[in-house]
Amino acid sequence: MTLSFPQLLHALLPEASLVLGALIVLAVDLTIGRTQSPVRRIRAAATLGLLAVTMAAWHAINAGAEGSVFGGVLVLDSLTMATRTGVLLLSGLTLALLPGVLRLPHPAEYVATILFATTGFTLMAAAQQLLVAFAALELASLSLYVLAGFDKTRRESAEAALKYFLFGGIAAAFLLFGFSLLYGLTGSIDFMVIAEQLQVQRATPLLVVALVMVLVAFGFKAAAAPFHLWAPDAYQGAPPSSAALIASASKLAGFVLFLRLFWHGLGPAAGSVSTFQGAPGWLPAVAILAGASMLLGNLAALAQWNVRRLLAYSAIAHAGSLLLGVMAARVSGPGPLFYYAATYGLATVGAFGVIAVVDAAGGCHKISDLAGLQRRSPLLAGCLLFFILSLAGIPPLAGFFGKFAVFAAALRINGLAGPLGWLAILAILLSAVALYYYLVILKQALVTPAEPAQTRRIAVPRAAGVTLVLIALFLLLTGLFPSLILRLFRS
Amino acid sequence: MTALPWTIYLSFAGAGLALVAGLRSAAAARWVALVTAVASFAVALAAAAGFEPTRGLQTLVDLRWIPEFGIRYHLAADGISLTLVVLTGLAATAGILFSWNIRERTGEFFALFLALIGGVYGVFLSADAFLLFVFYEIAIVPKYFLIAKWGSTNREYAAMKLVLYSFAGSALVLAGLIWAYAVTGRNSFALDELARAAATFPPGQQVGMFALVFLGFAVLAGMFPFHTWAPTGHVAAPTAASMLLAGVVMKLGAYGCLRVAMPLFPEGFAFWQSTIAWLAIIGIIYAGLVALVQEDFKFVIGYSSVSHMGFVLLGLGSAHPQAVSGAVLQMFSHGVIAGLLFAVVGRMVYDRTHTRRLADLRALPLHRLMPFAALTFVLAGLASMGMPGFSGFPAELTILIGTWKVAPWWAVFAAAGVLVAAAFTLRAIQVAFFGPDESPAAAAPPPDLCDAYPAITWPERAGALLLIGATVYVGLKPDSLLSWITPALQSPLMQAALKGGAP
Repeated sequence: MTLSFPQLLHALLPEASLVLGALIVLAVDLTIGRTQSPVRRIRAAATLGLLAVTMAAWHAINAGAEGSVFGGVLVLDSLTMATRTGVLLLSGLTLALLPGVLRLPHPAEYVATILFATTGFTLMAAAQQLLVAFAALELASLSLYVLAGFDKTRRESAEAALKYFLFGGIAAAFLLFGFSLLYGLTGSIDFMVIAEQLQVQRATPLLVVALVMVLVAFGFKAAAAPFHLWAPDAYQGAPPSSAALIASASKLAGFVLFLRLFWHGLGPAAGSVSTFQGAPGWLPAVAILAGASMLLGNLAALAQWNVRRLLAYSAIAHAGSLLLGVMAARVSGPGPLFYYAATYGLATVGAFGVIAVVDAAGGCHKISDLAGLQRRSPLLAGCLLFFILSLAGIPPLAGFFGKFAVFAAALRINGLAGPLGWLAILAILLSAVALYYYLVILKQALVTPAEPAQTRRIAVPRAAGVTLVLIALFLLLTGLFPSLILRLFRS
Repeated sequence: MTALPWTIYLSFAGAGLALVAGLRSAAAARWVALVTAVASFAVALAAAAGFEPTRGLQTLVDLRWIPEFGIRYHLAADGISLTLVVLTGLAATAGILFSWNIRERTGEFFALFLALIGGVYGVFLSADAFLLFVFYEIAIVPKYFLIAKWGSTNREYAAMKLVLYSFAGSALVLAGLIWAYAVTGRNSFALDELARAAATFPPGQQVGMFALVFLGFAVLAGMFPFHTWAPTGHVAAPTAASMLLAGVVMKLGAYGCLRVAMPLFPEGFAFWQSTIAWLAIIGIIYAGLVALVQEDFKFVIGYSSVSHMGFVLLGLGSAHPQAVSGAVLQMFSHGVIAGLLFAVVGRMVYDRTHTRRLADLRALPLHRLMPFAALTFVLAGLASMGMPGFSGFPAELTILIGTWKVAPWWAVFAAAGVLVAAAFTLRAIQVAFFGPDESPAAAAPPPDLCDAYPAITWPERAGALLLIGATVYVGLKPDSLLSWITPALQSPLMQAALKGGAP
């Protein structure tokens, strides 16, 4: 085992840029920013944050795909590069939406915390070892708890943060316990060595306990039923920009991390869901999580009147489809899962971005708060149309192809001869249910006239407007040409 | 011929332009839309003029699109698709002429309308199952907004119902297609590739896949008992959208059945054949009887559409070459006639009288107040009943003859449906336009009523003449279309479906 520190530094340049950026943001605000107006402070902080993210993205792409780094602590491959770029893009878009929209004190702290969370995400994308994985996950999670509770003037924000923190803390405890059992079983914290050891070991009750522990934590991170309970409250109470980050970049990084952990580390204990006889392992458990999430998410979303809670339940439903992508990834590779998670993240950032702008212009909680958006701001309404239709999976937007790729990957494994195929069929049929609640949002925004008290036009801050249009175009472009993303994973 | 893809591009470009033009003025948006529709129609007609009927599809464009999944951007046409492309051009042009009076958010209306049209053209020209599905779904969402924003009677409910039915249908189609794609193990969505691979599937799988794909498409074609979206949707929709829904969009479903479900899974088709035929017959008679007792004029037309689409499904279900070519002819014919009927009811009558209740219309001597509307409706009604000289006659006749050769009882029951159609059409004509028996004293309408209704405008006249011309032309010269359609049925793909379906 050779430990090359220059190589490690090269691999960690994106993270270094982000941390450095966060410190600069704080320092600039502390020295120069204090005398400035809040608007200028947030603009400066967001600009510096974007610079850091851009630097990080540049380094992430330049890091190349040279395989294991520093004795297998990190791995640089096409998935790492794509995921790092993806989470940086999503975080960058979240930052770009802030100027003129964020109405909270301490903007620099907010931006810095986003950058710290992003550092966690990029590390999660590259982690190939239990300790690094756990540390990265916790760095990201702790930052997200802070972001969820950042609005100190609203009780809901505090409630969201507390719930998120309590659930997240318990999940972290489960995860750590599971990791320690895995270490005890295999004597290693390296994914590859764990896999080799599991290959030769028989299934023991201890392994089952370890798997269950890890799955609980994964279910929490993915907001999969029945570990989803935090999501509606967190999405509802957190500031919209925080919710955007929780729903997008955090999801993408989390799914990639667990994809690696499950297939690279715990692959031998996968079991099987491609036939009805099956074989015990974590795949059947993930299949149950997936089915439960799709059913619960889609059905519960039908009953929501709060647009953020609705998006939370829709996120739970999407988590079910993403779990299908995890299960299919051994055969199809990570391409479909990554495409789905990345484009879902884009659409979600966009949707929460619209909510944030409307919220800043007078509140956006109920779905009916969006009424007459088409009159109040045609730009926002048009962008929202793109985001929601992409979430609903309507071509030619990216959300459609994401669904198609994941379902095709799942069905390709063994057709309808096993539970996996039937889960894919269930997911396809439930997309008709999902269209209903997505159309309810669009109906308010585009068809229903505004209430008389809320006919004021919304002035969209320029940065937010440009960002939203960019996201919409990106969804259209990746939807029309999915190969732009899929080709990254061509072997 | 190779210019046919421009129908799609022109429509989508027109949609964008209309949206922008609508910001300036409503008139600009109208003209942009009309020019776009006429241009695409002209492209379709030019292609038709130079069309040499061949067996099989003639490729127009074939590009790599998503190589990871073997998906190609493959557009192609044969006589069947050309017939329907011409119909789409016709219906789009007429639809825009009949929505000349849309004042509210005109630009958006025409943008959605043209986006829908673009999707429809795309479906008819696709030779790759994935591409076809993409266009099919693109055509779904605009319907919701067209109805929910510009519709009438219970519009939000009807719009949601219609879109959820369509989308649920398309979900079934997607499930069936991905299933078939996954089982083939080949990396292709081309229709012929899929069919070749599907021929090796065990019959049980074919039965399942056919059920998913056919049912999914048949929902949109208004197959009993999945037709209930159609009457409510047609009634709630603004006139142009009703014309498109009944005239073209229902054909998407039938076309999908014919182009995708039947050739891909002939053995599955053979299994379900009689079920389909009987459901079609029930649809013909049931919807006809329901139309007979409607109190809302537009509902009469709505149910008549379901009844007439039953003939299309019966023609497909009987799988006799003659019946199938009749079914395609009926798609064209019904597309034109339904458009005409909805135009009279929704635009000419309702926009002036503001009532569609037959009881109210009965009290008005409409044939005096609106002679042009009455004349148009009588002609359309005759065509709809299947009178010789109009397109409905050769279409339904060929379907019945073809079906008779396969299963005489089916033809007998379906022929009873023709009688029902005559009954409800005549009732609608009589009640709506010719009122009660008038004494000479009552014959002269009160003078204030005569002035109450604005005259029929030029776009309405132009649209009506266009559609009447089309139905009469095809009625007198059905060979003009049949000579395109029949060779297309000789292609290996279609032959597999027709042979597999022989009882």
